[in-house]
Amino acid sequence: MSQSSTQVDRQKDLGPEEGGNFKTSVGVRHGWDRFFAVLVFAATLFGLAVLGVLLVDVGLQGVPAISWQFLTSMGSADAESAGLLPAILGSIWLLGIVLVVAVPLGIGAAIYLEEYANDTWINRIIEINISNLAGVPSIIYGLLGLGVFVYIFGFGRSILSGGLILSLLILPVIIIATREAVRAVPQSMREGAFALGATRWESIRYHVLPQALPGALTGTILALSRAIGETAPLIAIGVVPYTTFLPEDFFSRFTAMPIQIYNWAGEPEEEFEILAAAGIVVLMLVLLISNAGAIWLRNKFQRRN
Amino acid sequence: MAVETRGERGSGPDLWKRDSRSRKVRERVVKVVLTACAYLSILTTFGIVIILFGEAATFFQDVSILRFLTETEWTAGFAATPQDGEFGIIVLAWATIYSTIIACAVALPVGLGAAIYLSEYASTGMRRWLKPALEILAGVPTIVYGFFALTFVTPFLQSTLFEGIQIYNILSAGLVMGVMIIPTVASVSEDAIYAVPSGLREGAYALGATKREVATKVVVPAATSGIVATFVLGISRAVGETMIVAVAAGALAQLTVNPLESMQTMTAYIVQVTAGESPRGSLEYETIFAVGASLFLMTLVLNMVAYWFVRKFREVY
Repeated sequence: MSQSSTQVDRQKDLGPEEGGNFKTSVGVRHGWDRFFAVLVFAATLFGLAVLGVLLVDVGLQGVPAISWQFLTSMGSADAESAGLLPAILGSIWLLGIVLVVAVPLGIGAAIYLEEYANDTWINRIIEINISNLAGVPSIIYGLLGLGVFVYIFGFGRSILSGGLILSLLILPVIIIATREAVRAVPQSMREGAFALGATRWESIRYHVLPQALPGALTGTILALSRAIGETAPLIAIGVVPYTTFLPEDFFSRFTAMPIQIYNWAGEPEEEFEILAAAGIVVLMLVLLISNAGAIWLRNKFQRRN
Repeated sequence: MAVETRGERGSGPDLWKRDSRSRKVRERVVKVVLTACAYLSILTTFGIVIILFGEAATFFQDVSILRFLTETEWTAGFAATPQDGEFGIIVLAWATIYSTIIACAVALPVGLGAAIYLSEYASTGMRRWLKPALEILAGVPTIVYGFFALTFVTPFLQSTLFEGIQIYNILSAGLVMGVMIIPTVASVSEDAIYAVPSGLREGAYALGATKREVATKVVVPAATSGIVATFVLGISRAVGETMIVAVAAGALAQLTVNPLESMQTMTAYIVQVTAGESPRGSLEYETIFAVGASLFLMTLVLNMVAYWFVRKFREVY
């Protein structure tokens, strides 16, 4: 109520600051209006224009450099023969670890918070904590992983440490997306299940989850594509300048696509800059495919409702 | 709407289940497992706090907090012993703040403008296309932005505006960071603006206001707390942003106001040291945790402020 009274006060601002609230210069005001409309439209297009320039710039440099040899060669100090294979496989390994670790944990936490948690202080803390974790800079997760996974748990600078760091990093994103999807399931679905004698878990397992799945899946895919592109937390557990081996097990040292791009971008020679651009093209293609998949799922889901 | 049925069960009497003990046990086990998943997030926060502040405490035994806060140079990379070097966090913090200011100078006005357009001006069709398109900007990995700042924006600025710009400089990094943050600002601001009740707009129109006057003098002020929250979120993103500054702003820890020169932010320092794999226990290893703890505190305060504003804005409408 108090809010609406302040709104009324603010409407006084509509008039000129001095004199009455009556304005006569309609022409000038309409001129400003047209100018403002163009301005905000330009603001909307600005970001997209930069994105366009970025894609063209990187594409022009990178696409010609992509060859079968580039995709299937090991890393090398020599730009001629350097390839992306260890980085591609490293990224796939990391993605596999994140899938196994972060997705079930995230969905589990989301179900707990939506379906089980009462409004107690500890649950409120968990909620605030999750939204806070989502805002922690990714490099901080890298330091956490360096201290905990690399040294305390003794996993070393391995692909397992990297995968666990990325899992913790995207966990809040998965939780937040899944919670929204679970919350969107109508209450009547649960009540119907309860009325037929289902337990809480049965109502979730057979009624809530199937309904919430497309939404949760969309959020999860977006979170996974974020994990694929993350660089800083992986650098925090160490960088191999160039990798001439493929990851063999969880304790292998590794490289990943964004790390490899970082390495190449840091080299002064132009040949490496081209390699970095080529790596970016491959990375962006992977992200494009996964994001298109997520959007397709979301549209399919929205149509059904 | 299709209702899921228990496909794996048969029909008829099989559907009925006795309220057995195993069913109750399963309920309890499931609840414990799900609860554990949720509590893991608390554990993560504890882990961050203990690791960061634990290692930072070791560092502050060698280098006093007073030195950390008052010295005006950062030479940790060259220091063999704590007495040799200078450890003024202000050098790195200034670079972080400076790049954040540049980024916000781009992202806040542009993002707010885009939010106003999307909410007040765009047709439903335009909105359906432009919003996801803007979200693509947020999905581009930051390493890609870093590469773009280094190999396109800097040479571009050099050939047009600033001949004397260095290869590594805070200006390009900050500008590109601003572009990266636009969707964060635009998307959440748009939600806040969209949530303003249409009665306010209609009242203003009835009083003879033009569309711009309604947007800037009624709608935006009514959405202020939501917009401020977005701004704080955007600032927090800029403070924590790592790869753009690490790639494009270089690794020269210096205190300067010239945006055409290289500066090292807190995040870029951590990247530089960790990429070199400093051994555990070395002075350099400890510095990154002291820097990391400072960074964590900065973003924590910003996120708390944003969270508070978001809560406030949700309560109103």
